[in-house]
Amino acid sequence: MSIFINSDSKVIVQGMTGSEGQKHTARMLASGTTIVGGVNPRKAGTAVDFDGTSVPVYGSVADAMAATGANVSVLFVPPAFTKAAVIEAVDAGIELAVIITEGVPVADTAEFFAYAQSKGVRLIGPNCPGLITPGQSNVGITPANITGSGKIGLVSKSGTLTYQMMFELRDIGFTTAVGIGGDPVIGTTHIDCLEAFQNDPETEAIVMIGEIGGDAEERAAAYIKDNVTKPVVGYVAGFEAPEGKTMGHAGAIVSGSAGTAQAKKEALEAAGVKVGKTPTETAELMRAIING
Amino acid sequence: MDLYEYQARDMFEKHGVPVLPGIVAETPAEAKAAAEQMGGGTVVVKAQVKTGGRGKAGGVKLAHSPEEAEAAAEAILGMDIKGHTVHRVMIAAGAKIAEEFYFSVLLDRAQRQYLAMCSVEGGVEIEQLAVERPEALARVAVDPLVGIDEAKAREIVDTANFPEDLKGAVADVIVKLWGVYANEDATLVEVNPLVRTEDGSIIALDGKVTLDENAGFRHEDHAALEDKDAADPLEAKAKALDLNYVKLDGSVGIIGNGAGLVMSTLDVVAYAGEQHGHVKPANFLDIGGGASAAVMANGLDVILNDPQVKSVFVNVFGGITSCIEVANGIVGALETLGDAATKPLVVRLDGNSVEEGREILAAANHPLVTIVETMDGAAAKAAELANA
Repeated sequence: MSIFINSDSKVIVQGMTGSEGQKHTARMLASGTTIVGGVNPRKAGTAVDFDGTSVPVYGSVADAMAATGANVSVLFVPPAFTKAAVIEAVDAGIELAVIITEGVPVADTAEFFAYAQSKGVRLIGPNCPGLITPGQSNVGITPANITGSGKIGLVSKSGTLTYQMMFELRDIGFTTAVGIGGDPVIGTTHIDCLEAFQNDPETEAIVMIGEIGGDAEERAAAYIKDNVTKPVVGYVAGFEAPEGKTMGHAGAIVSGSAGTAQAKKEALEAAGVKVGKTPTETAELMRAIING
Repeated sequence: MDLYEYQARDMFEKHGVPVLPGIVAETPAEAKAAAEQMGGGTVVVKAQVKTGGRGKAGGVKLAHSPEEAEAAAEAILGMDIKGHTVHRVMIAAGAKIAEEFYFSVLLDRAQRQYLAMCSVEGGVEIEQLAVERPEALARVAVDPLVGIDEAKAREIVDTANFPEDLKGAVADVIVKLWGVYANEDATLVEVNPLVRTEDGSIIALDGKVTLDENAGFRHEDHAALEDKDAADPLEAKAKALDLNYVKLDGSVGIIGNGAGLVMSTLDVVAYAGEQHGHVKPANFLDIGGGASAAVMANGLDVILNDPQVKSVFVNVFGGITSCIEVANGIVGALETLGDAATKPLVVRLDGNSVEEGREILAAANHPLVTIVETMDGAAAKAAELANA
């Protein structure tokens, strides 16, 4: 089992014909993802060759879904066009849209999130690496060769910390690793992933990685306390971040006394989550749990 | 990006929000000329700083003549308010204030929508009001798909318990303030105080605006609002090179890929520093995904030019980024610097092409470079070298 994506996921790529889209479509195909099409209104009817695999290009998400039965879309679309592309995917009835694009105006995200929610469509991102169910499906830019399938579920705001944690725990492996993104407004939260991992029979334990800004980790801590019976270990980045400075991710900012790493760590610990001081220490906490 | 009050005032005016005349001045002579231009009567000279509490600090003075405005500007310019040096004052027209209110609209990250806050008790610290008398602060959710239309503005003034005879006028101003929020891609528009003058007008007397930098591509005029003189010179240099850099106070220079990993690297270095004279990170620098050797070299150039840096920690987990590019960037930058390179570098590489990357560094065998295989071990080494 896994969460959100598996070997049955049929994936289309919005922005497949651009340079980022092509590069990452090749990587997704190489890691075994079922990519059934790309979308570009100006190149409809053509196909792109990826090392012997020909992927057809459709004029719209609706056309691509009708022709292929796709249920997942991944977006490599520039920020100025992301809102329109997400709304198109939602209107076409996609189940899951994964938005990799960094730099989307937050007003656009707030708008397309509200729209997707009203139609019951799950969004992941924006500004995220996407998600991987090792050995089954890889939607986004996560390197597929770090580790394989296993018992741990991972949810993280950060891409490279996701990779680092997968690497640290490569001997155990993952059911699904989800990079939810570091923007102020994101489609899928820590809580959504915790709920899904709690309900996934194959996931035995969960790693949750957070960072400064907002109060998503505090709310996740409250959720864990009331709803999650599987062991959770946590890591929070940004203790050394100064107040009022954006640290790379648009959402990673301590505002006054709000959004500090210390407050997040304390909230998680109060909910019974063991929190590591470094990624390696966090991995050791998880290893101790798995090895009983 | 936070705006100064005078920038917010100008933006309000552009969107039809009622404001008082105001002219920005950088010297006492300019302040005097501004007061004359405004009719020579009573004006308020206000320090322009991006922090609260300027009134208490003596940064707001009443002046009854252009000469008094000049003297007030003389006293305020150069003043330090909570660590912010005053470089500009705004000469604002005086107003006969009858009542002070509060209004703001901001991004509510937790609810993934907007939140309007409004109170008939303005002019005070709103955080304090929210804690002490939460019932006096109306909080109204705003749907991103609808925004603040007339009906929503009416709901806000009703919830805040405005007197009936003021509701229409205040709601009008609130709709115009939403115009600022939506049309300028703000994440905060705050008016404190929003006032009723003795002649019955509703006026935004002091404004605070935060703009979404991600939306800069559709607001060409926003670039001019940037506070270039306040930026740290190293931050300015990094920005010109399109690097994501934040200057900090410590002595261990940091370069990594990905915002989360770099934040984590700062923490791990500070943690290791507890055993090594409490050294701290000198900066945040994220070279991003898929960085080339040139980007890596630019990053090293910025960090090695920071006189506070005693050692450098390069921490890369190659996802899209290839460790080959990182290693070539390090070797190339050190070659360019030649004898000018004097600071030790600790390098930890993992992920994409890690073996090849480590081989490039090993083959170059530069005396300043130490390869350490683990992140925690490398952080300890970098902290030790900074404390040597």
